[in-house]
Amino acid sequence: MNSTIATLALQALLGRRRFLLLVAFPVLMVALTTMITVMTGLEDPAWTLVGELGYTLVLPLVAILAASSVLGPEVDDGSIVYLLSKPVNRHVVAVSKWVVAWATTLLVGAGSVFLAGVVAGGGDRAAGWAVAGLVAGTTYSALFLALSALTRHAVVIGLAFVLVWEGLLGGLLSGVAWLSIGQWGARVGHELSRDLPDPVGLPWAIGASVVVTLAALWFAGDRLRSFALTGDE
Amino acid sequence: MSTIELAGVSRWFGNVVAVNDVTMTIGPGVTGLLGPNGAGKTTLMAMMSGFLAPSAGTVTLDGQPIWRRTDAYRDIGLVPERELSFGYLTGRQFVLANARLHRMPDAAAATESILEVVDMVEPAERRIDTYSKGMRQRIKIAAALVHDPKVLLLDEPFNGVDPRQRMHLMDLLRRLGDEGRTVLFSSHILEEVERLARHIEVVVSGRHAASGDFGAIRRLMTDRPVQYVIGSSDDRGLAALLMAEPSVTSVGLRPRSGIDVQVSDLGGFATALPGLARRHGITLVELTPSDESLESVFSYLVSRQESLR
Repeated sequence: MNSTIATLALQALLGRRRFLLLVAFPVLMVALTTMITVMTGLEDPAWTLVGELGYTLVLPLVAILAASSVLGPEVDDGSIVYLLSKPVNRHVVAVSKWVVAWATTLLVGAGSVFLAGVVAGGGDRAAGWAVAGLVAGTTYSALFLALSALTRHAVVIGLAFVLVWEGLLGGLLSGVAWLSIGQWGARVGHELSRDLPDPVGLPWAIGASVVVTLAALWFAGDRLRSFALTGDE
Repeated sequence: MSTIELAGVSRWFGNVVAVNDVTMTIGPGVTGLLGPNGAGKTTLMAMMSGFLAPSAGTVTLDGQPIWRRTDAYRDIGLVPERELSFGYLTGRQFVLANARLHRMPDAAAATESILEVVDMVEPAERRIDTYSKGMRQRIKIAAALVHDPKVLLLDEPFNGVDPRQRMHLMDLLRRLGDEGRTVLFSSHILEEVERLARHIEVVVSGRHAASGDFGAIRRLMTDRPVQYVIGSSDDRGLAALLMAEPSVTSVGLRPRSGIDVQVSDLGGFATALPGLARRHGITLVELTPSDESLESVFSYLVSRQESLR
């Protein structure tokens, strides 16, 4: 972990307009949950929002925006050469950038899911979703960072992964849960509250999350090591 | 003292060959990499700075390959052509971050002294996105020099820099070269390279077209056939006289007025023309080189190189 790179990444994240978008979705989600709770007085619709909107959509969206903001623009316009023309291990560069995206995802993404859970009724169920958010937020941010190091279409591919693979296909085919970051996190959260889904075995959920996180970070570092400046010619 | 060596280096992108079998050695002192736009200068620079793998051949710094070797950057300072996109930082913050990334013991002091060297102390507190092109260029050079590298690679460093600052930067690079550092800069402007570089490498269409000191390159360029347009009081009379000159290879009359002349021996022509005009009472009103564009100079060098093979 290199504090200079992390500081620059944080400045890049906060300095871009994308950051407003990153905060807007969670704020809207919490506001919506609050409105539903106050207006209907029922817990069920509010919990649906926490799980279906907050955890399934807003959390990965925050991870995509955070991960792509700390790395994407610099890779796209090539200005990352200013960071890479330094004797700093590329995996350290990747991890330092990830730490910023990760902290943002946990704070804004998982934090807002927890907040919405507290509004919806609190208790173990809110804690369960928060833990699920911490686990999935960690894996999501690492995976999307690797995507940002690989392609300039990281945001689109990340969205497709979340919406089509985890969302659409995950809803139709139960087997997708074995390869779904969201389901792994939910399974870990299930340990705190039976209200969360139980789609796969706990060891698998934990093991797969750890493996994907580490592999993604290693891959992102390796891509940076092979970063090619092609020039305009 | 550090040396960059390219041995049989080629680089292609799909079907396009950007660099074709280049072998050159860049040693201490200032070297200019001269070539028209699109000649492959940036591709060569990218390979020398470890940001591109050669498709064939090897690029080494003091015997060690540069590609995928992060430690090489201890000795390399790089000024890419690429715009700075760290607009949200001040100049000082940017240079300081570079010093810290090199783990300099006193990054703050190194930053201040290099800001002074490039004459950027006064605007250092302003954000980079408020800088002019020349200021950005100077802050990029400061960032590349902050760790006192043995090798300095600069891609088109004088683009957009005003003449006074250009002089200043040239003095700086010359000084760095005199100190025994290996300084390589690319440019498509002959005058720039001539004024600064002791040694010149010329690349055209991805090929290594010429190599040598400034005098040798200049001679190559002046020996080539040159075309002039001459305006005079008696074009037809002068044309007849010119044809008799050994240094002249062809003469043609222009449609309205003026003469097109192709000259093989520039020196002989330059001494002969005034006397000729004087003896025959012809007044010269114009003498303009008509193909002084760098492209024609380069294409001559390439055709010459090919005929030597």
